[in-house]
Amino acid sequence: MSIPPPHGFLPNAPLFPPRASEMARDIDLLFFTTLGITVFFSSLIAVLIFYFMIRYRRRSPTQVGVYLKGGSTLLLESTWIIGPLVISLAIFAWGARIFFAAARPPPDAKQYYVIGKQWMWKIEHPGGRREINELHVPRGQAVKLKLTSEDVVHSFYLPAMRIKNDAIPGRYTTMWFNADTLGTFHLFCAEYCGTEHSRMVGRIIVMEPAEYERWIGGESPGGVSGVPSGEDLFVAKACHTCHREGSTARAPLLHGLMGKTVHLEGGQKATADETYIRESIVNPAAKIVAGYQPIMPTYRGQLSEEEIIQLIRYVASLKEPTVGEPTSAGKAADRPAESPPSQSEGAR
Amino acid sequence: MTAHSDFPAHPTDFPEPIEEAPEPYEHYLNHKYGLASWLLTRDHKRIAILYLISISFFFLLGGLMAVIIRLELTTPEGDLVQADIYNRLFTMHGILMIFFFLIPAIPGVLGNFLIPLMIGAKDLAFPKINLLSWYIYVIGGIFTFYALLTGGVDTGWTFYAPLSTGYTNTPVVMVALGIFITGFSSILTGLNFIVTIHRMRAPGLTWFRLPLFVWAHYATSLIQILGTPVIAITILLLGAERIAGVGIFDPKLGGDPVLFQHFFWFYSHPAVYIMILPAMGVVSELIAAFARKPVFGYHFVAFASIAIAVLGFLVWAHHMFVAGISVYAAAVFSILSMLVAIPSAVKVFNWTTTLYKGSISWDTPMLYALGFIGLFTIGGLTGVMLATLGIDIHVHDTYFVVAHFHYIMVGGAIMGYMGGLHYWWPKITGKLYPKFWSKVGALTIFLGFNVTFFPQFLLGYLGMPRRYHTYPNEFQVLNVMSSAGATVLGLGYLIPAIYFIWSMRYGKDASANPWGAIGLEWETNSPPPVENFDKPPVVTWGAYEYHEARVMPSLPPPKEEVMRVT
Repeated sequence: MSIPPPHGFLPNAPLFPPRASEMARDIDLLFFTTLGITVFFSSLIAVLIFYFMIRYRRRSPTQVGVYLKGGSTLLLESTWIIGPLVISLAIFAWGARIFFAAARPPPDAKQYYVIGKQWMWKIEHPGGRREINELHVPRGQAVKLKLTSEDVVHSFYLPAMRIKNDAIPGRYTTMWFNADTLGTFHLFCAEYCGTEHSRMVGRIIVMEPAEYERWIGGESPGGVSGVPSGEDLFVAKACHTCHREGSTARAPLLHGLMGKTVHLEGGQKATADETYIRESIVNPAAKIVAGYQPIMPTYRGQLSEEEIIQLIRYVASLKEPTVGEPTSAGKAADRPAESPPSQSEGAR
Repeated sequence: MTAHSDFPAHPTDFPEPIEEAPEPYEHYLNHKYGLASWLLTRDHKRIAILYLISISFFFLLGGLMAVIIRLELTTPEGDLVQADIYNRLFTMHGILMIFFFLIPAIPGVLGNFLIPLMIGAKDLAFPKINLLSWYIYVIGGIFTFYALLTGGVDTGWTFYAPLSTGYTNTPVVMVALGIFITGFSSILTGLNFIVTIHRMRAPGLTWFRLPLFVWAHYATSLIQILGTPVIAITILLLGAERIAGVGIFDPKLGGDPVLFQHFFWFYSHPAVYIMILPAMGVVSELIAAFARKPVFGYHFVAFASIAIAVLGFLVWAHHMFVAGISVYAAAVFSILSMLVAIPSAVKVFNWTTTLYKGSISWDTPMLYALGFIGLFTIGGLTGVMLATLGIDIHVHDTYFVVAHFHYIMVGGAIMGYMGGLHYWWPKITGKLYPKFWSKVGALTIFLGFNVTFFPQFLLGYLGMPRRYHTYPNEFQVLNVMSSAGATVLGLGYLIPAIYFIWSMRYGKDASANPWGAIGLEWETNSPPPVENFDKPPVVTWGAYEYHEARVMPSLPPPKEEVMRVT
């Protein structure tokens, strides 16, 4: 059970892509159904054209066509308006069902972070292990990818899963899959991103869960590529000087924030997801939590995408405090800090 | 069909077909000579020729780039040109073909030449603006050509931000300005056509007696004047960010890259209909003329053009299903994209039904028209597949898309343009081209086209992304097939180029109506006199009424039959 063996008369030129997930099967079925409809209507038109061309070919230079008078034009017209309409709406509904499923990861999905950058993919596993242009995943485990980009728009494309999603700078997008076939499959950048676009390729390796566990344990998580942990950053960037217990008048506590609905100044609401937290770091003035002043300086340009992800992961790890227990942010607050970015620099 | 039955059976005011022209016959081509007589002309027919020459130049340039692209892709490695050059090639190929060939092709050449003739007018409503719009086109073309000579841009014709605004160091602003300028040419042409069609129709030429070519151009013009300003604004914003660092699209400056995609496609999707609608208009004319029958469901075909123009403005985000838009927005745009397929289907079915009991000739223009119907059907249906959300997440930005839009643009728009050019060439030049070679050319193009682009559907489903300079080995066989087809296609285009030029000098003189077709343009001499008609025509019949024997006195009395739908 590795890559399905090449088949057909041209062993090195497959006519059908390998597939490695249940969703790929669903998408193939939808594709071949619509392909059938396409072939049917194209053939119908082609056959009619050839038949009429021969049957009614001009036999003398002065011959004119037979004038069809009266009759039920309307009946024919409504047939070929309503027929295609019904068919296309059915295709739409089917396609939308798959799309909605592809957009909604199951709750037990393991979250990976993917950063696109000219011209490589940087991937971070749930445990913190990082790799470049390769994505190792366990078979039978829903994998959720949070995508972003450091520079231009890229697109993370896994043909064997039949899915792709754009990696867009300044926000996080989500895709997910559940690989059910072991093997190595293509990873492409599908959105044109500059000179070496076609080199921004890699592999996805689907492994047995046990093998994956061995592989992931093979290297110590974090610190591998020199990115400090989120907790260290929280201190180093002086986040903890305001976002801590006892300082709640200046800045909201971040415990249990991830996934919650936040009430904003002006009565609006926002869901605290990755994009929200990212925006709160690089453009804090964009959404002010109700009851607080817009005093936080911007960190735009001071954090790499990896560092922002570490901070997001750290914030996500902060659980709702139980009464009487010191929180981890509280602990972080005891540690010395670098000087915070100056207010004037941050004010936009 | 009943709509046609209340026309007077034996009109008396119908202008008699023009007698054999006296020698030497003065027409729009020979009444004046010299460069100034062309460059300062306000004659729509001469301006059409100016367009013909300039768009052919850009078509040749864009075609040469396609040749290098296909040659590069015969091997998986990037061994013919470097990645930077390759990226510039496909970018400039797209820009030249779309903005400098496909968009102006049929309106600029055939629309300009024929709309006044078809509606019995002396010229367009604003002859000087018509000339101005050609000059604007040329100035835009010079900008882009200059940028091409200095290296061209490598952003893809889509100019996606922030790649185009903050990352590439190619002359984006120069090329974008070329497109910006050319846009005004498109707007002015559209404006001119709309006013002309409203105000200058011959007495008796009611809206529902208009040839469908005119309806299609009316719909196209609506898109041109409503859509083109949006690409102009987008280009200005792009320039503001690139030159002045104003944060609009680049998140590093506080902008939103997806906003650019919305702006861009708001024009560029309707622009697809600017390219295909005029071709549909041509095909309606060809089918009627070479089946010698009225187009079946005339009203439906006419309003389908308008429906496509209107719905075309509501589907732009189907280019962005995986670009981080909300799933609900995606669903809305998917369903709207399905709706735009309906008027297209209506046209295809009506054209096909028109052939039923027709008097079908296999002349070259008809071969192109029938080729158009087949290829457009495939292009349109694969478009429905792409509009299906569940399929698009796999094939978006792959060769499946490349194949689909080439079926629409090359298989559709260019087939329509070639068919129209072959149909009206005797009218435009007064010369006939060789029948045999023109059929060889049409079949070669059809064959070459399919061998080029069909394998790309397979490549796309296999997962080969578009705009790839290098690719995995397993895609090579299909790529070689595609390149082989492109060779045939390229040769196919050379054949008409050769005999058209040949015919201008050596071709036999064309009569006023060499095809035995109906339409005001065939009531005047070939080539037409400067003022189009010796006597202003009066119209008392609908388009394509071949069954009215008086139209062609040489024809036998037509048979009438009551249509039965069973």
